[in-house]
Amino acid sequence: MPEAVIEVEALGKTYRTSVKQPGFRGTLRHYFRRQYREIEAVRSVSFRIARGEVVGFLGANGAGKTTTLKMLTGLVHPTSGRARVAGHEPFRREREFLERITLVMGNKQQLLWDLPALETLRINAAIYRLDEATAQARIAELSELLEIQDKLREPVRKLSLGERMKCELLAALLHRPEVLFLDEPTLGLDVNAQDSIRGFLREYNRRHRATIVLTSHYMADITALCERVLLIHRGALIYDGELRGILERFAPYREVELTLDAGVADEVLERFGEVASRKGRTTRLIVRREDVTRTLQQLLRELPVSDLAIKDPPIEQIVGRLFREGSLGEEGSAEPRTP
Amino acid sequence: MRRTLRLLRLFWGTSIAAEMEYRSNFLMSAFTSIGGLVGAVFGLHLFYRGGILLGGWRWEEALMVLGWFTVLTGVSRTLLTANLGRIVDHVQRGTLDFVLLKPVDAQFWLSTRRLSPWGIPDLVFGLGLVLWAGVKRGVSLVDVLVALVPLAGSVVTLYSLWFILATTTIWYVKIYNVTEVLNSLLEAGRFPVTAFPAGLYRFVFTFVVPVAFLTTLPAEVLLGRGRLTLIAFGLGLALALFVASRAFFRFALRYYTSASS
Repeated sequence: MPEAVIEVEALGKTYRTSVKQPGFRGTLRHYFRRQYREIEAVRSVSFRIARGEVVGFLGANGAGKTTTLKMLTGLVHPTSGRARVAGHEPFRREREFLERITLVMGNKQQLLWDLPALETLRINAAIYRLDEATAQARIAELSELLEIQDKLREPVRKLSLGERMKCELLAALLHRPEVLFLDEPTLGLDVNAQDSIRGFLREYNRRHRATIVLTSHYMADITALCERVLLIHRGALIYDGELRGILERFAPYREVELTLDAGVADEVLERFGEVASRKGRTTRLIVRREDVTRTLQQLLRELPVSDLAIKDPPIEQIVGRLFREGSLGEEGSAEPRTP
Repeated sequence: MRRTLRLLRLFWGTSIAAEMEYRSNFLMSAFTSIGGLVGAVFGLHLFYRGGILLGGWRWEEALMVLGWFTVLTGVSRTLLTANLGRIVDHVQRGTLDFVLLKPVDAQFWLSTRRLSPWGIPDLVFGLGLVLWAGVKRGVSLVDVLVALVPLAGSVVTLYSLWFILATTTIWYVKIYNVTEVLNSLLEAGRFPVTAFPAGLYRFVFTFVVPVAFLTTLPAEVLLGRGRLTLIAFGLGLALALFVASRAFFRFALRYYTSASS
């Protein structure tokens, strides 16, 4: 096992939140006799991440990705278990630890709104004890990689969302952290900006052998960057491995692409499986893996099939399904809607 | 220490630069400050014209208390409101995350990050009033300098109470800005504490919200009637509250859940 930068063992976080019934009576009761419920945001999660790895956290909204990131960066105190990041216990928030990590959040910004990004960079340089020359050199290097050299002197409020995110990245990486935690770093950006941020992260990882842990709703971020993914579902880690492996574990179904000689009504096709798309005479059907043989026989027997192909569904679709449905089958697999 | 000073210079430099984007604000705040002060002096004058001595304090002496009160208002406008008032915001919007991620003392950052120049008129006019009243009462410059010691204690006391209150937002995220409550209670500091009826009031303003130590004590010191025990107690109180604010903040962070995204 190569040197681990992140070690997590049985990490858990339970929140206590109050529950409120709807309506005025509910409001009154909520005020006088508040009821609480324990929410297990993260339950007994364990994993190790080696130096230089790029790992993606996947999971539906509220699955516990962000809470895990926040525990690893020392923002949130774990309820149970332990974590070590870059040789430190995150929640102690020791200076040496904080100087070696960074967290970028797509939905929060640290840049001063009314001033040019350069002002925030100067403050960060002072906080991380960088001397003038080092700070200048790093700003030059990073802004060139991010292609924002000419944007640093404009007030942040005048920048586009993509430019602002790039400046955020620059501000978060000025101290050259070894471990990068990125929470939805491409949130809301257009395709070009997403692409250039991905390219930048890849280059940063290569140049500095930095470890990157990221969450994203854009599968393209994950497929472009991560060799390994951790799938989190309802606070529990249910998969840890290569992205491709998700197919075998969570896609107990195949995609059947068939071209028909004559038009057939949707209802008829739906008897054989979920219709993923229809274009002219070509239809893509989702079929359970164990039903593939039987369904094929039926299709050939009952419909005027002229061409037929069987494929694995694209990974985006499987993960998207996991996100959408937010629930997994009993044997821990995603259930396609059965006909 | 050098790093701290460098940080403060950067913090305040950028704050002033940001505030200066809105130029007419300075005039407005000078105007508000003068207006407020004139109103307060007039209100006080109403008592004295009728021959009432507030708590046995003479006209110029009462003005000194009002002067220190204005100075404290100035301090709270330049530093306390600008910083501590934003803690609620930081917690609500989750930007406290960025503060906690920096290898710098989080309380230091939260308390000094901003400087608002709009409190400066209060500082100037408040000090002017103290000096004017002081000259009338034949107070020397040395006395004024000595009086700055209990005043520093007042600032620390006020800061610590305010910071502790602001820290509670980590639990009660959605409750409106709790620090406003403190602000209204402090209004009592306009008058010498002995002007309030003995008993409950005076007890509250001495021990619960130590308004007595905030403005009355510096004025007494200036008049040469400050008792050493009281000064020592005031400074001790400031120190104790400061230590408590640090401990409380560290305790509260264990419960910080960070606004979810």
